Amino acid sequence: MLIAPVVGAVITLVFLLIHLVPGDPVLNYLGEGATPQQVTDMRRRFGLDQSLPAQYANYWKQVVQGDLGTSFLDRKPVSEKIRRRYPATLQLAIGALLIALLMAIPLGVTAGIHPDAWQDHSASFLALLGISVPNFALGPMAILVFSVLLRWLPASGYGSPAHLVLPAVTLGAALAAILTRMIRSGVIEEMNRDYVRTARAKGLPEQKVVYTHVLKNGLIPVVTMVGLQFGVLLGGAIITERIFNWPGLGSLTIEAISTRDYPLVQGCILVIALTYILVNAMTDLLYRLLDPRIEFA
Amino acid sequence: MTGLARIGLLVVVMLSLVALFSPVLAPHSLTEQRLSARLQGPSAEHPFGRDEFGRDVLSRMMYGARVSMRVGLTVVSISAATGTLIGASAAYAGGWIDALVSSFLFNTFLAFPGILLAIALVAFRGPSLANLILALCVIGWVGYARLMRGQVLKVKEYDYVMAARALGAPGARILLGHILPNAIQPLVIQSTLGMAGAVLAEAGLSFLGLGVQEPIPSWGKMLDAGRAHLTTAPHMVVFPALAIMATVLAFNFLGDGLNKWLDPTRKRR
Repeated sequence: MLIAPVVGAVITLVFLLIHLVPGDPVLNYLGEGATPQQVTDMRRRFGLDQSLPAQYANYWKQVVQGDLGTSFLDRKPVSEKIRRRYPATLQLAIGALLIALLMAIPLGVTAGIHPDAWQDHSASFLALLGISVPNFALGPMAILVFSVLLRWLPASGYGSPAHLVLPAVTLGAALAAILTRMIRSGVIEEMNRDYVRTARAKGLPEQKVVYTHVLKNGLIPVVTMVGLQFGVLLGGAIITERIFNWPGLGSLTIEAISTRDYPLVQGCILVIALTYILVNAMTDLLYRLLDPRIEFA
Repeated sequence: MTGLARIGLLVVVMLSLVALFSPVLAPHSLTEQRLSARLQGPSAEHPFGRDEFGRDVLSRMMYGARVSMRVGLTVVSISAATGTLIGASAAYAGGWIDALVSSFLFNTFLAFPGILLAIALVAFRGPSLANLILALCVIGWVGYARLMRGQVLKVKEYDYVMAARALGAPGARILLGHILPNAIQPLVIQSTLGMAGAVLAEAGLSFLGLGVQEPIPSWGKMLDAGRAHLTTAPHMVVFPALAIMATVLAFNFLGDGLNKWLDPTRKRR
């Protein structure tokens, strides 16, 4: 991916978002009761009285300096608000990723080494279920079972590892399903290769053949998938954070949308998109490191 | 067609009928409230119970199916048509046009993770059914465009296309008459799976309050409303969740089945 032009296009799109608001964003925010003087003052304060090219140039100048503008609501810097909420979202996304891997590796490997057996059918069924149950359905159901009925885990909040379990499982379930399918087909493909036959002929125990040789090669495409799906996790975090009252970037976005704090929404969207682009670029690099043949392709 | 695909097809047909005839099939009114019976659990008269305003959950879910199917069909049709037009034209034109579309335009739209761009668009345009459909089309076309670009790149090198070109057929005729009909099969499968995606996205945006507005019901919105009454009225969450799950599963079964059915190499096995 050509990063610089894509980042430029993303920044431009995010800048244009505020100009998609039907009518005037300031009037929309202040409401019908606002006096013309209030509207004019606020427009001037946020630079919305300038021409479109001037606003665009200013936006770029600010973004390059790490300044994402000022919140309509309390006039505080958007970047400061995002910085406070960002770690919680990263924590949730990484937690979901780890849970997805912890579920997908044993399931995918078991299905892959027993193709068409009951283990394979059960894993495939679970994977299909994981793909079909959206996080906004899984989350409330998980709260109902594990918090309301069994009282094992907290239904919402932030702070302890127990608070992370339900949101991370809710967010990571779909990724676990996708990875299970991928690992399964990777393992089936690798199990038929010559090096596996050689390893077995050498008398290596089956577990070692699978976990040291097969899995190492079978996991390479998974790295790309994890990178691509990290974005889906960031997007899904918006819904998951709302379900569990998780104080991250997703719930900040929804709060900003409900109060029509347009600069804050723009900032949140931009930071999430840039994080995704960065993760994808890192995945590309990692993929090349893991599989040196990519360089020669 | 496999057994699962048949189940998928059956569910999709039933769902379409419910969506089409919900005003006739719904046992109760969509808006009739009875606050004295709010949050009442399932009963013979109200098999899916009542909601926080005492409205019949089953009737609202039937109307919700209408919204889901309408959004799904509209989004898939517009996205598939736009994506096909852009992807196929870029691949057929080749050169800098293809490079611009495939490495710049696709990557820009794909740089917004998941439904983030749709959330952003609805947040700025304002929540409504039209804006929801517009937002889902804006994020939806890229998948179809990438698919059709790949298909056209492959098919345009076939001998019969070369022959048509050598005979002097105009570009538009070659693309529409010779290339597209032979590249369209994966589009049918992608569109079926795309219905599942669109239903999910509609429910997700409605869950966030960015979808259809009252009094029109949506499964996502019903789920969100049910969260506040999880301990006292779990039926408000369970039934819409099951409906979304069943719909997505049905379209996925059907898409997988079509994929196997239409693939000649798989059929021979």
